[in-house]
Amino acid sequence: MADIKLMKGNEAFAEAAIRAGCDAYFGYPITPQSEVLEYLTAQEPHKRTGMIVLQAESEIAAINMVYGAAGTGKRVMTSSSGPGISLKQEGISYMAGSELPCLILNVMRGGPGLGTIQPSQSDYFQATRGGGHGDYYTPVLAPASVQEMADFVRLGFELAFKYRNPVVILSDGIIGQMMEKVELFPQQPRAVEFDQSWVTTGKTPDRERNIITSVDLDSARQERHNQDLQKKYQNMREHEVRFESINCDDADYIFIAFGSASRICQKSVKIAREKGIKVGLLRPVTLFPFPAKEIKKLSKQVKGMLCVELNAGQMIEDVRLAVENNTLVALHNRMGGMVPTPEEVYHALLQKFSIE
Amino acid sequence: MNEEIIIAGFGGQGVLLMGKIMAYAAMMQNLEVSWMPSYGPEMRGGTANVTVVISSERISSPIVNSYDTAILLNQQSLDKFENSVKTEGILLYDPNGISRHPERKDIRIFQVSAASEAAKMLTTKTFNMIVLGAYLKINSLISLENVIKGIGDSLPERHHHLIPVNIEAVKRGMEIVKKINS
Repeated sequence: MADIKLMKGNEAFAEAAIRAGCDAYFGYPITPQSEVLEYLTAQEPHKRTGMIVLQAESEIAAINMVYGAAGTGKRVMTSSSGPGISLKQEGISYMAGSELPCLILNVMRGGPGLGTIQPSQSDYFQATRGGGHGDYYTPVLAPASVQEMADFVRLGFELAFKYRNPVVILSDGIIGQMMEKVELFPQQPRAVEFDQSWVTTGKTPDRERNIITSVDLDSARQERHNQDLQKKYQNMREHEVRFESINCDDADYIFIAFGSASRICQKSVKIAREKGIKVGLLRPVTLFPFPAKEIKKLSKQVKGMLCVELNAGQMIEDVRLAVENNTLVALHNRMGGMVPTPEEVYHALLQKFSIE
Repeated sequence: MNEEIIIAGFGGQGVLLMGKIMAYAAMMQNLEVSWMPSYGPEMRGGTANVTVVISSERISSPIVNSYDTAILLNQQSLDKFENSVKTEGILLYDPNGISRHPERKDIRIFQVSAASEAAKMLTTKTFNMIVLGAYLKINSLISLENVIKGIGDSLPERHHHLIPVNIEAVKRGMEIVKKINS
């Protein structure tokens, strides 16, 4: 029988972590994602699966605990919101350099600085451009429902181990705080089957010792390492693009939006279609790699594209690169925790493209 | 079927829990639901509201700007949301502490004296369940049976001895709700 529950996005994420066979979670509370740590603590997963849950003394401590545990080949994760994710960037960069798998959830709030605790999507640039220093990327998954908050835990770990790379789940205060019906997947074993040749769990006599590090002072070797990393990211671009398209086939205009903004746009599509305007929605599910090919294809058949974002206009840069001036690209945005209504987005569409 | 509801009042009145139980009951009836709170730093005293959408289809936006039903439990909420009720929609409010009553002619207005009724019960915290009962009486979308299940599953075990009084409160609300315009 299906295991259906009414849960907050943050709770669904936490429950899915236990069920996905996660070995350890290290975190530090911050609104609007505190329910992740609260739920995990209340569930006492060390009794259910043996999973460790630890509230670290700071975000920086938490990400370095993730770094250490990931080095042993375990499924490990952390979560935070913008200000805490910024603190974790050093650790994330080190893990990308050392090629370690882990899962990082960012439940975005309005910034910059301490900003507000209300929902926002203002960390798009940070998430899709690596986030920390150095030439690296992380796959970025953008859930748009409580169901995806659960499902992307499993997908996130899969990608993290497939590419030995940190994976970011970029959510926001709406998806984290809202409750919806969620169908939970069954408990999976904690043991992971993957190539364990790199893990640092103690040297055996039959092999050289494994070293996990991001430092190599020999420039030639460091360049080769960087070239290998870039090949890996290119591989992701070729194989991991995910998106959802709604009513795009016959559309004259397309909304492009991810996460909570895409939910609002779904309703704007309905409103527009009821008035006889052919509108569709393209929702990037992976923000890196970005569905540029699909957007380029659509750009040749539509009169305009409206990016709807809860930030100053960040994803629109990737859309413009993809579109190559084939069509008009406009922006409707809100910031600082303000959220547009579906009617507001519909009227923005009429106004930006002078639709009578 | 698509029912968009806002419940608004003071923090501490049980607005969020009421919405959760409605969403839970609707889910038990195989409907799609979303529950979107206005979350903030306040625990008590500030304003609190929650938007609940119940639908027979996949729910698009959990955020809407007009409502089929508005349950408004203080003056500020009444002032803020009266004009957001759709034409022919429902406005349910508690007259306790209200100096400016709703005035619209194109909506159906109901009163439930939940605060004064709760004062007669074992605990005044039954306030929100009395209001919920009033809603059940006005709109038969969700059943009393599933609301009772929802109460049982939403209350932590340490409060389970309060289930009977909460069920009594829901039934009381169903009895005392009255329509005040024609």
